[in-house]
Amino acid sequence: MTTEQASLRTGRPRARTRGAQLRATAFGLLGIISVAVLWEVYKAVAPENGVVIAGTRVLPRTTDLAMPHTWEMVARLLEPTTSQAGAAPLWLTVAEAALLSLGIAAVGWLVGTVVGVGLGLLMQFFQVVERGLLPWIVLSQTVPLIAFAPVVRSWGSRIEILGWQWPQWLSVAVIASYLAFFPVAIGMLKGLQSPQRTHLELMHTYAASRWATLRTVRLPAAVPYLLPALRLGAASAVVGTVVAEVSTGYLDGIGRQLISFAGQASGDPAKAWAPIFGAIALGLVAAGLVGLIGLALRTYRRGEAA
Amino acid sequence: MKMTRRAFAAGAGGMTLAAFLAACSDTGGGNGGGTGGGGGEGGELTPVKLQLQWLPQAQFAGYFAAADQGFFEEEGLEVEIIPSGGDIVPQDALASGNADFCIAWVPKVLGSIEQGANLTNIGQIFQRSGTLQVAFKDSGITTVADFEGKRIGSWGFGNEWEIFAAMAAEGLDSTTVEIVTQDFNMNAFLQGDIDAAQAMTYNEWAQVLETMNPATGALYTPEEFDVISYQETPGGMLQDAIWADQGRLADDADYEATAVSLLKAVIKGWAYARDNVESAAEITIAAGSTWGPSHELWMANETNKLIWPSANGIGVIDADAWEQTVSGALAAVNEQGQHLITAEPPETAYSNDYIEQAISDLGSDVDTTGDGFQPIDVTLAEGGN
Repeated sequence: MTTEQASLRTGRPRARTRGAQLRATAFGLLGIISVAVLWEVYKAVAPENGVVIAGTRVLPRTTDLAMPHTWEMVARLLEPTTSQAGAAPLWLTVAEAALLSLGIAAVGWLVGTVVGVGLGLLMQFFQVVERGLLPWIVLSQTVPLIAFAPVVRSWGSRIEILGWQWPQWLSVAVIASYLAFFPVAIGMLKGLQSPQRTHLELMHTYAASRWATLRTVRLPAAVPYLLPALRLGAASAVVGTVVAEVSTGYLDGIGRQLISFAGQASGDPAKAWAPIFGAIALGLVAAGLVGLIGLALRTYRRGEAA
Repeated sequence: MKMTRRAFAAGAGGMTLAAFLAACSDTGGGNGGGTGGGGGEGGELTPVKLQLQWLPQAQFAGYFAAADQGFFEEEGLEVEIIPSGGDIVPQDALASGNADFCIAWVPKVLGSIEQGANLTNIGQIFQRSGTLQVAFKDSGITTVADFEGKRIGSWGFGNEWEIFAAMAAEGLDSTTVEIVTQDFNMNAFLQGDIDAAQAMTYNEWAQVLETMNPATGALYTPEEFDVISYQETPGGMLQDAIWADQGRLADDADYEATAVSLLKAVIKGWAYARDNVESAAEITIAAGSTWGPSHELWMANETNKLIWPSANGIGVIDADAWEQTVSGALAAVNEQGQHLITAEPPETAYSNDYIEQAISDLGSDVDTTGDGFQPIDVTLAEGGN
């Protein structure tokens, strides 16, 4: 722990005042509104055909087909998904799909985190493992997802234990965890290796066991490295879930909805944007949930900094 | 010790969540066909995995109707219909044993067969090609010969070979046109990035016709376009067919019997979709199609037109149409100079034995030719909704 980091941490206010919270919310809303305003201003000002330089379109078209009005997109969310009797409003259809994907991403993130933390610990404990495993961990992320996803799905479809059949969503979760474990493993390892040599030597003079050193020095020191890694892992898990849903042909999540509503974008341009908003909301919620872990570990981090 | 307990708690939490999700996805599933292995009152049902080539939609109405109407059970089968829509290539899923049968276009599978897949077409459900090339009236593209120098849209992924086969028949080299890859909708065409776009009669053509024309404030009408149907050109190829594993057909009498049973159920399913087109469209929506009802009905109706009437009986492979598909596949060269196939496919690439057996087993119970078939008129709503 450097003094800089320590002073940063002690300098942070223990709890945000109510005013600060309100201000943060207001700024968040302002951000959304300004994006919407920017969208409408561009749509009003830019040429209908966009801007094409040397045959390449550098700015998009502004037609209603390419850029529906923001209020049309919102209004579409409130309308029924299709005119089929009993069809749910579009926002509900999208929210259901996004929630399902969130659940899958959560499982993927959880598995990825457990594996990542485990690998980080293992690599810290045994340098041989670090030397042998780290290149493979890095290599694992270079395997293209579109090549990997159908294979996982195909393996999964053959797994059947005592009448329990591997559900398809689990293949999606496995792929999500495959992306999520990477930042966690790397962050965990870096964090465990971050204590200063003097601290470790002090523990050595106490004749502390490796286990005690891990618990009292290395793990607390790893927290500031682990938290951003968990957040990266959450983002990876969400992206992995959406892409893997498409790749494996999983029907009920937001990934498939992105594809099938994109297919309806000619006749119903605003509809195609709904699952995009759903995916954004999904990412925000996932990031927020991981942020809660940071809150939970705050006491821990204060103790460590003191 | 504390650590272990905490880790255990986390693991247990994960398992609970997993179990919860499993429960959710089981009720929310939209796979149509039965899932899970055997058991229950239909203990002797043979489990079959049927791989589709895209998401559930009325293009596959006959299969979903067979599942919904219990035709598979009648034939002693428990069929799981597996949708695609991603990176799952049906003929690869079949060749690798992840499916027992698959639905795929003939030219795509011919390419796979040449690369070593050992597959047999046992039922040519679509007797006609449903591929169109659609251009605005003012573009001057009314025949394949007019493609020269134009931007021609195509989805790629093996859907492009009819274009190149038709061009080859006109003596046009694939380098004389600019091939533009289309995505899932017709926006690129409607906004002028593509001069002539690829469209299926049952899907993208409807997408165009359910789009508001900003110039008129009404939906586009067929009169505003010139439409080339590949069925009318030498480039037309056979499309949705049922494929089986040739090795298993040769060695496994049970698999052969299953193939005939599957075909019987499928024939009944498509006959149902022909005679009850509205109901067939509703079945595919219930099976997980996300199209609006008018688009779905249009698709069911247009799909019927590709199947019925079937002069030789549904699914029977017409030797001339097969020959045209093969010669088109041999002649076609894509914009990168690649060939789809370089030699005639093996004799085993198709067999009428199973479909003819299925038709004769069904006898006069089912109308397998649909001589009196009349399509309905479907009015598309904006956005297909």
